[in-house]
Amino acid sequence: MNVLAFLIPVSLILGGLGLAAFIWTIRSGQYGDPEGDAARILMDDERPED
Amino acid sequence: MTATACAACNSAPAAIRIAEAAEPNMTLSVPGVTCAACIGKIERGLADVPGIQSARVNLTQKRVSLRSDLDTERVVQHLAELGYKAFPLDAGVLGQENDPTGRDLALRLGVAGFAMMNVMLLSVAVWSGATDATRDLFHLISAAIAVPVVGFSGQPFFRSAWSALRVRRLNMDVPISLAILLATCMSVYESLNGGDHAYFDAGLSLTFFLLIGRFLDHRTRASARSAARELAALETQTAERIDGRGRSITVPISDLAVGDTLLVPTGSRTPVDGILKSDEALTDRSFLTGESDPISLDRLDAINAGEINLGAPFRMEATSVGEDTTIRRIARLIEGAENARNRYTGLADRAAQVYAPAVHLLALAAFLVWLVISGDVRFSLNVAIAVLIITCPCALGLAVPAVSTAAIGKLYELGFLVKSGTALERLAEVEGVVFDKTGTVTLPGVGDLAHRLDAGEKGIALALAQESQHPISRAVQASLAGTMPAEVTNVHEEKGKGVFGRFGDEDVFLGREEGQLVLRVGSSVRTLIQDEALRPGAASAVTALSAMGLSSSLLTGDTPERAETIAKALGIEDYAARMSPEEKHDVMVARAADGRRVAMVGDGINDTPALAAAHASIAPSSAMDVSRNAADIVLLRDGMEDLPRLFRIARAATDLSRQNFAIATAYNLVAVPIALLGYATPLLAALAMSTSSITVLLNALRVRSAR
Repeated sequence: MNVLAFLIPVSLILGGLGLAAFIWTIRSGQYGDPEGDAARILMDDERPED
Repeated sequence: MTATACAACNSAPAAIRIAEAAEPNMTLSVPGVTCAACIGKIERGLADVPGIQSARVNLTQKRVSLRSDLDTERVVQHLAELGYKAFPLDAGVLGQENDPTGRDLALRLGVAGFAMMNVMLLSVAVWSGATDATRDLFHLISAAIAVPVVGFSGQPFFRSAWSALRVRRLNMDVPISLAILLATCMSVYESLNGGDHAYFDAGLSLTFFLLIGRFLDHRTRASARSAARELAALETQTAERIDGRGRSITVPISDLAVGDTLLVPTGSRTPVDGILKSDEALTDRSFLTGESDPISLDRLDAINAGEINLGAPFRMEATSVGEDTTIRRIARLIEGAENARNRYTGLADRAAQVYAPAVHLLALAAFLVWLVISGDVRFSLNVAIAVLIITCPCALGLAVPAVSTAAIGKLYELGFLVKSGTALERLAEVEGVVFDKTGTVTLPGVGDLAHRLDAGEKGIALALAQESQHPISRAVQASLAGTMPAEVTNVHEEKGKGVFGRFGDEDVFLGREEGQLVLRVGSSVRTLIQDEALRPGAASAVTALSAMGLSSSLLTGDTPERAETIAKALGIEDYAARMSPEEKHDVMVARAADGRRVAMVGDGINDTPALAAAHASIAPSSAMDVSRNAADIVLLRDGMEDLPRLFRIARAATDLSRQNFAIATAYNLVAVPIALLGYATPLLAALAMSTSSITVLLNALRVRSAR
């Protein structure tokens, strides 16, 4: 049962990392246009002002 | 930046850059954006237009957000030149990309989801038989995760519940908040005292599922922009008053009195209602009547506030000012009708009015009965909490928004922009449809130009017409489909007149001259016949609607002869002509008073009071801004053939919502007696809640297969 002392914190930290990544994606507006972003990475030229 | 080297590297930083860039001030719906190539074409095309600082295509939502100094009409025209039909959208309709409330809800949702999964995993150990110290440790870890998360993610419910309680009312969020808070507090107490049952997982999954519903609901909710206020923008703020000595002085319209003589310059709007004091005048009254022909007036004819002077400057005498003008009377009618509509309670709200008190009474009764039987406060409280959790209002809080979201998404693909969350329910309850004529079921037509003009004229007419968005220009374009446009240079449009240009060394013109529609090439003038054409699909829509049991009527401000012709062509038997805006509104109110719920389809300001008063309302995309604001649904396509599908999908969506209530009730009928008898465990609560939530959610998605 001592293994729990490791595993529980480890699982919580890993989950927390996932949560932090999720919060980052929301903050940077990455859910606004999933289809468009998927198409944009295939475009040869970016917009003129880039 | 060499994008070709590593295009993918740029995509995430690009998203961040966009978020930081200047906020867009205009959003257009562009249903034609379907592929990656369109993104580049539109963004590059618009970037070249002076006055547009930035443009960004959203492929998922099929819209373009831009920052621009140009007015919406110009931008729509630029997009049309690029080959895309665009429609202005009110900011706030259908959830925006950079919408802070939506992001806030998504964040709370994500946090609740994270906590729910972790606590669920810890709970599995407890359900599998962990005892004593291990169980207490797991409970305490769960508490450490759940308490802050409930405090953070549950806020939208707590706030809404508190604001309802403050005015001594119950809403859906009161039992939700009570269940979440009681479950968490009681579970903390149990954990600290080594109790068997902790409901952290149930409290968190309740929060999670209901936040999904709240998030979806937020995305379908339109901003409540008042059409009445929009109408005020059509009023002029100042007027030219002629004083006793014949001088004209600019005064604010609030200073005008009945009997004042006013000067109306060419191209400006009349400030108040009055009578003409000059010998003749030519005005555009389309904002009021929807009829696009200019109106010629003789001395002493009545003029409404808001008409545009298309001819020479004229004088008028004010006969009603301030609150008595036609435009203000219409605004008041719209305002009254809008207020009445805001009182409409949706299916979920009606169910909640029954449900919220029932749940509270049931939980309280369970607590009291067990207290009397067992005398154990702690056990009785546990039973009450189990009842609150198991009667999870997921069907109300999750299923209805899920159905609307799926249905609204599907309708958007079919060319219907649904602006109000309850619009589909109201549409499903309708038993008849009232159509306006001009601009709604008919479009201006110009007869058969292909046979009436010679080849040279056809090319010139098309070249001029395609530069303009005016309905008559569109009719000319439609009539000349298949012709190649001539090379006309120097094309420019003058409002209320027509399109001018130069072909070779001759001046060319398409537009109105002395009240007639003409095509002028050099010195030769060709008069074009103007008539009305049925909107494509209108007749088949009326037939299909009557097959669905929906009766159609026609209300128009036009003459009885025109009304009869069009009504016959459409197969409508019930029609009325020469209807004023007030009469149209009164017809809707009278039908509502008879208990007959009708939908209104209309496009002009004269229809707007009726649109607002109707049980549900639809406006074509060509409608005035005010009418589009008053309508629940905007048709994004020119044709009307899909109108019956709108009604069918609305009915299917409402049926599915009802079905979901039935499913949720069935779950409760099984689980609640178990909870009342005191046999509920956290495992049972978690199972009952999750399965009922997932069932209603999956059932909601079936609306996408509605035909």
